[in-house]
Parts: sequence; C-alpha cells; structure tokens
Amino acid sequence: MPIKEDQGRFRAIIKGRIKENFRKYVSQGEMIGKRENEFVKIPIPQIDIPNFRYGPKQKGGVGQGEGKPGDSVGDPGDGQGQAGDQSGEHMLEAELTIDELAEILGEALELPRIEPKGTKNVETTKNKYSGLSPVGPEGLRHFRSSYKRALKRYITSGMYDPEDPIVVPIRRDFQYRTFKTVSKPMTRAVIIYMMDVSGSMGDEQKEIVRLESFWINAWLKKHYKGLESRFIIHDAAAKEVDEDTFFRTSESGGTLISSAYKLAQEMIEKEYPPAEWNIYPFHFSDGDNWSGEDTRLCIRIIRDFFLQNCNVFCYGQVESKYGSGQFLKDLQKDFPNDERIILSQIENRDKILDSIKAFLGKGK
Amino acid sequence: MPNLTPELEAERVRIQGYAKGAGLDCFETIFEMVSYDQINQFAAYGGFPVRYPHWRFGMEYEHLSKSYEYGLSKIYEMVINNDPCYAYLMEGNLMMDQKLVMAHVFGHCDFFKNNVWFAKTNRKMMDAMANHATRIRRYMDRYGVDIVEDFIDKCLSLENLIDRYAPYNENPQGGRGSTSSESSDKPFLLRYEKEYMRNYINPPEFVAEQKRKLAESAARDQKFPPRPERDVLKFLMSFAPLQEWQQDVLSIIRDEAYYFAPQGMTKTMNEGWASYWHTTLMTTKILNDSEVIDYADHHSGTVAMHPQSYNPYKVGIELFRDIEMRWNKGQFGREWEECDDVNERRVWDKKLMLGKEKIFEVRKIYNDVTFVDEFFTEDFCIRNKLFVYKFNKKTQQFEIDTRDFKAIKAKLLFHMTNFGQPIIRVEDANFENRGEMLLSHMWEGIDLQPDFMNETLKNVYALWTRPVNLTTVMDKEGQLVRYDGQEVKMIKIGPETHLPAGEGDDGGDSGN
Repeated sequence: MPIKEDQGRFRAIIKGRIKENFRKYVSQGEMIGKRENEFVKIPIPQIDIPNFRYGPKQKGGVGQGEGKPGDSVGDPGDGQGQAGDQSGEHMLEAELTIDELAEILGEALELPRIEPKGTKNVETTKNKYSGLSPVGPEGLRHFRSSYKRALKRYITSGMYDPEDPIVVPIRRDFQYRTFKTVSKPMTRAVIIYMMDVSGSMGDEQKEIVRLESFWINAWLKKHYKGLESRFIIHDAAAKEVDEDTFFRTSESGGTLISSAYKLAQEMIEKEYPPAEWNIYPFHFSDGDNWSGEDTRLCIRIIRDFFLQNCNVFCYGQVESKYGSGQFLKDLQKDFPNDERIILSQIENRDKILDSIKAFLGKGK
Repeated sequence: MPNLTPELEAERVRIQGYAKGAGLDCFETIFEMVSYDQINQFAAYGGFPVRYPHWRFGMEYEHLSKSYEYGLSKIYEMVINNDPCYAYLMEGNLMMDQKLVMAHVFGHCDFFKNNVWFAKTNRKMMDAMANHATRIRRYMDRYGVDIVEDFIDKCLSLENLIDRYAPYNENPQGGRGSTSSESSDKPFLLRYEKEYMRNYINPPEFVAEQKRKLAESAARDQKFPPRPERDVLKFLMSFAPLQEWQQDVLSIIRDEAYYFAPQGMTKTMNEGWASYWHTTLMTTKILNDSEVIDYADHHSGTVAMHPQSYNPYKVGIELFRDIEMRWNKGQFGREWEECDDVNERRVWDKKLMLGKEKIFEVRKIYNDVTFVDEFFTEDFCIRNKLFVYKFNKKTQQFEIDTRDFKAIKAKLLFHMTNFGQPIIRVEDANFENRGEMLLSHMWEGIDLQPDFMNETLKNVYALWTRPVNLTTVMDKEGQLVRYDGQEVKMIKIGPETHLPAGEGDDGGDSGN
C-alpha cells in the first residue's frame, strides 16, 4: 500500500529530519491525563504545515448547550477541522484503563521495559494443584480421571457391556489431586516521592509534580505488580503523609532537603530491605536549599546510601519564580555521568514528557 | 469494484429506490465494502484511492489508525464528489449502520450533483487525482524525492490562499493587466517663443532625458497587479520565477484546493442535507423494529450538541427542518416578519405545504454563508441553545461569552466566510519598486498566529525569490511584516493605512 510509504516517510521525518517540528508538536500535545473519571488526551506526533491562520486563543467560536455566560466550555481543541473530505467522523471520548494509558505513554516515549534487579528477586513459594496421585484424602478425589481409569479397566478386561454400562471402581482406580510446590520469582517495588513544600513551591509547581508522579506511577505499576508508593513532604523538617496530603500541603519557611533524604533512608532501612525491593526515590523541588552545608550532606546521603541501595535516584527540578535552581547544579557537579542518578529540569508543563522520558528512559 | 454481499446489494437497491422516490437526484452511486484499514487509508487520502506521495497523508493515516485502535474514533462513511459517486462502507458495521450510511450517502450525492457551488468542480476527479499522482511521481524520479517533497511542502503552506469565488466569476482578472495608461506621452518641455530657439532651449538630450523620466514614473504608477489578487497561488504560478515542473506541481496543489473548496463552503448544508435524508428515509421506510434502538443511538451521536464545538450535522439538519416547517406553515414573507404578536406567531399556520419544495430549492442555490444569513433566525438560535464562547485570559479557559443572537450569527458567518481562514491578497508585485511582493491581510478583528505567519512568509519568499512583505494588525497596531531571506522584521505602520474599511465590525471582538 502506498500509504505505508507515506507513513514511513512521516515517521522518518519525525525521527530525524525535521525533528524540531515534532518536538514542537509533542509539547503542544498535552497528553497528560487527569485522575480517574477525567478526560485523557493522547498525543500523536504531528507536523503542522504552517499557513496563515488565526491565533487560537483569540478565536473562540460557536458552541451549543446549556450554561450561562462565564461558564467554562472546556478546551475546543483543534476547532472544526479542515475542509477536505466529507467523512463522518464520530469522535468518542476515550475510556482507557490506566494500564492502557501507560502502554500508550510507553509507546509514545519509547520507554524501555524495566528489568527488575535480577539477583535481588525474592523467591516466593506457592502450592499449585496440578498433579494426580493414587493416594490422598477423599476430599481431593478426582472424579473424571478415576472414572476413566475404571472404564479402561472394564473395557480391557472385557467386562464392559454397552447395554448395561455400569462401571464400579475399585481401590486402584481412584485418583487424587496433589499439589506441587512451585517457586515463583516475585518483584516488589516501592516508589518514595519526596517533595519540597516550602513557600517557594507554588500551585503550578505542585501540579507539575502531581502530573508527573501520576505517570511515573502508572508506568512502574505496569512492571511491578506489588508496587507501593510512599510520600514524604519537607520544608525545614520532613514527614510522611498520605497521597492526598502530599499534593495539597503548602508550608512556608525554609528548606532542608537532607531532612527528607534522612527520612527516606530511615524508611528504606526499616521496611524495604534493598535485597528484596526495587526502590525508586523521586525527589522534586525548586532547587533551593537552606545552605551549602546541607547540600553537601544531601550529596553524601545520595552517594553513600541511595546509590548503593536503590535502582536509581531521580531528582526533578521544577522551575519557580523564587527558586535559584542551585541544587540541580550542585548535583550535576558532583555526579557527572553517573548512570544511577537521573536529573531532570522541568521548566513548565510542556516539559513533563521530556522529564518522564529522562527518568524512565533508561529502563532501570 | 462493487463487492457488496447480496443482502447489502438488495438493501442498496431498496434504499436507492426510496431516495429516488423522495425526489433525490443522484449520480450513479457505487458502494464499496472496505476494511477499517482501507477506510483509514482512503480517508487519509481525502477519500481517493490514489494520491501523490506525500508524508502528510501518512501522518493522517497514522492518526486515523491510532485513534481507531485506541477506540477514539471510527469512520462510518465516506463519499467522493465524482461522477459516478464513490462511497465506502466499512466491514463489520451493523447492518443498520450500513443502511444509515447508504441513506446518508444518497443525500450527499444529490447535494454534489445539484448544488450550484459544486457545478464547476471536476466530476472526474478520481481520474485527475490519479493523473496528479503520476505526474508528481515522475518529477520525483527526475529531480529527487526530497526536492519535490520540499517544494510540495511550501505549496501546501500556501494552499489556502485561493479565491473561493473565482470559479464562478465570469471575468477573472486577466494576465498582466491592460496597458491603459497611454494618456500623456508628451514630456515636460521648457517654454520657447520662437521656433528657431527650440533646439537651444530644449536640446535633444534634454528631451530624451525628460521622456525617460516620464516613462519611469508611468511604470511606477502602473500598479501590478492592477487590482488586489486573492488567488495568490495563481499569481505565483503565473509570475514567480518557477521552473516548469514547479509550476506544474503548484497547479496540481491549486486544482486540488479548488476541488475541495466547495465542500468547505457547504459543510453545514451538505451534512445537514444528508442527515435530513438519512433520518427521513430511515424512520419512514428503512428501519425494522429491531433496529430502532441502535439507530437512535447512532443518530443521536451524529447530531449531538457540543459545548466547545459547532456541529454542522446538528445545525444543518435543524435548519433544514426549520425551513421545511416554516414553509409548510407559511411562516415567511412580509406579513410574518411584521407580526410581533407572540401568540399569533406561535399558532401561525397557513397550511401552504411548500416545505419540501423550498428545501430542495435551498439545497440547489445556497452555500453555508447565504444559508445561515437567510435562515438562521433568532427563534432558531434560542431553540438550539447556541452561544459564543471565547478565551478568557484571566481564567485561562474558554468560557461562554454571550447568547446574544446577533453576536452568534456574526460569529457563525465569520467562521463560514472563507471557511474561517484569514483573507490574504497580493497588493503589489513590485513593492517599493524593488520587485518585492506586498501581501495584505484583510484584518477583521483577529490577529494571525505569529509563528505560523513568519514561517509562511518564508515559504512565499522561497517561491517569489524576492523579499516578501505582509501588512496586518498585531495587538491593535498596524504592522508591516517583512522577510528578506535573512530574518523576519516587524515595522509599525499607522493603524489606519491598511485596515479594511467597514469590514472590521463583524463581531470578532464583540461583547467587550
């Protein structure tokens, strides 16, 4: 089909030749989904051929339905589409599970599958009733195969009479279910989200963290059946909170990043032995720390603890008006080219995708 | 080729009979059964089985297939304006869906054949598209895929710069203007009293010099094009320094743009007409009892109202129904217009039963702009719950702006005029006497999107090969945007210089 050639060409352009156009679009794609029950947008790369057109925000349009002036109408998206064909397209809202979404996200960002840490897999054992044996409790008697054996015996010994097909089993016909003990590798993972909630982190910054952590959760959940998430907030002191609080809390005051790291370390040491757990610490802040001394302490904890015990350590810096962004620079200086630590700068919502790709793109 | 199952073929014959009986007058209509993958392919190609190679078809295809896979969208129906008409049915749809699509298609087909705005379209476009594909493939073989594709990209960037009314204009602007300014060929000469002094006072060199100056200023005065040209593509085709193959490619893009233009100009009417007929035929003739629920479900999806978009199916079908009802009851004409007694209007029924006749007349001679202008009434507007929304910078979201009838109508008409695209004209091909191009944007209250504008100017430059200028309005200031091959510059010009007089008050900014 020639269309496949066109498609191949389109993909080739996206992948290389006119890469900038592609990035421009993806950033507009706003693929970020909200929580359950809310609408989800899915990005598909697109190259827009420029033409003279009206700016979208000034445009507005005509809609239909209930409501009074001032009511929101939602995002009109791409408007009314092109002239072109007369195809009757019926747009549906997507009803996708988080799993499917994660799949689409993975495909869109070309995220690799995560290889759980091999040696650290725990073996769990489980009894599986898969075999038969001639002895066992009556409760586990297997009727069908017992009957079959009896029938076979009747036929081979010539006792079977089709006119009067009565089969009476004897002791050695009986079969009982037995279990086998199978050992199963089990992977367990925990994500520890840490977030700076000091005064300089505004609502927009937190929203970015919320969206990003939602997707990280979705992706990791695909790979680890028993995924746990823990949430730590910190300003000058750190504490563990539940998910809701995590995204709502706003504190004021100073920032001691080390407080969060210490708490996470404690948590891991107490509850998540690294030999059995895949551990993912994610820390988000605007990059302001109280003092250089505290930063040095943080770096020490990262180097001596997190990097030794975790799959990867991720730090995402959210741009804010007040933050100096110094922390990221310090980490970059101290961990140049270290595979086990992933740093990412998230200037605005549009950069969330890039950041997710940075965090998860290594397949750790 | 037709590959319908006997069952579907029987339905086709039956529905065609109903359509004909109802007065629809179609080209021969050929239905083809295709898989979802094929229908996505055809849709990506704008309905045609063969198009020239271009990545954007691939992109379109990818979008359609992805959104089909994700369960976001599904194409039920597609029909091509061609004689014979080709239409596609998708495998695996319910029998009821297939019947609905067929009824819908006959509506479109009748519209294509009879609406006057389609009269000038090429009815053998199927062949023309295949021909275009062959030509472009040949150029790609000769000059290289990348070169030809890059050029196509540039042409597509200007694809919307056509004059949608040109095909109906009997006296299109001629080529290089008529040489009318033959007025005074007498050069300026100094006065002399005596004939023998002539050559002393006005020596031949001086006369020659004066003649040259005169010719120069005449040339300067003679503007080209003599009148602003909206068919920018044609202008470039005729006058830009293009190679022969480039000219041909540009003409292909232009032909296709003109072919699709009437579909844009009649979207609301066309979909309204087709929907009107599928409901009429389905509910009175075609449906059997077991299909009613599925039909209602499907139909309600087609004509659903959306707060953030305008549904041409819905507005179109309701307008046709409204017209039919009004002409049946005689709710038109001076007497009706002048009656302002609510109760009298409510029970107004002269039992004229002219509705059917009227809607057939409307489908023949109107396009969306005239259709809405004439039949979109305040009653209708209120009944259908229309409103204008706009972007609120404070809350960063789109909000309902007003339910004022005039504002809604103005907005609708604005979106339909030039199919919601800005109007750009060639003003001067020898701007500042330097062979530069001057385009002007007929600003009507809405600014152009700046980044796209800049990129598009570069593409005009690539074809024209001399600096390109555009007058427009940005943030309430008149601007001359200029691209000279290096960078895009904005030069402020007086706001009064290039604002079109009297065209700005169409409600683009109403309600402030």
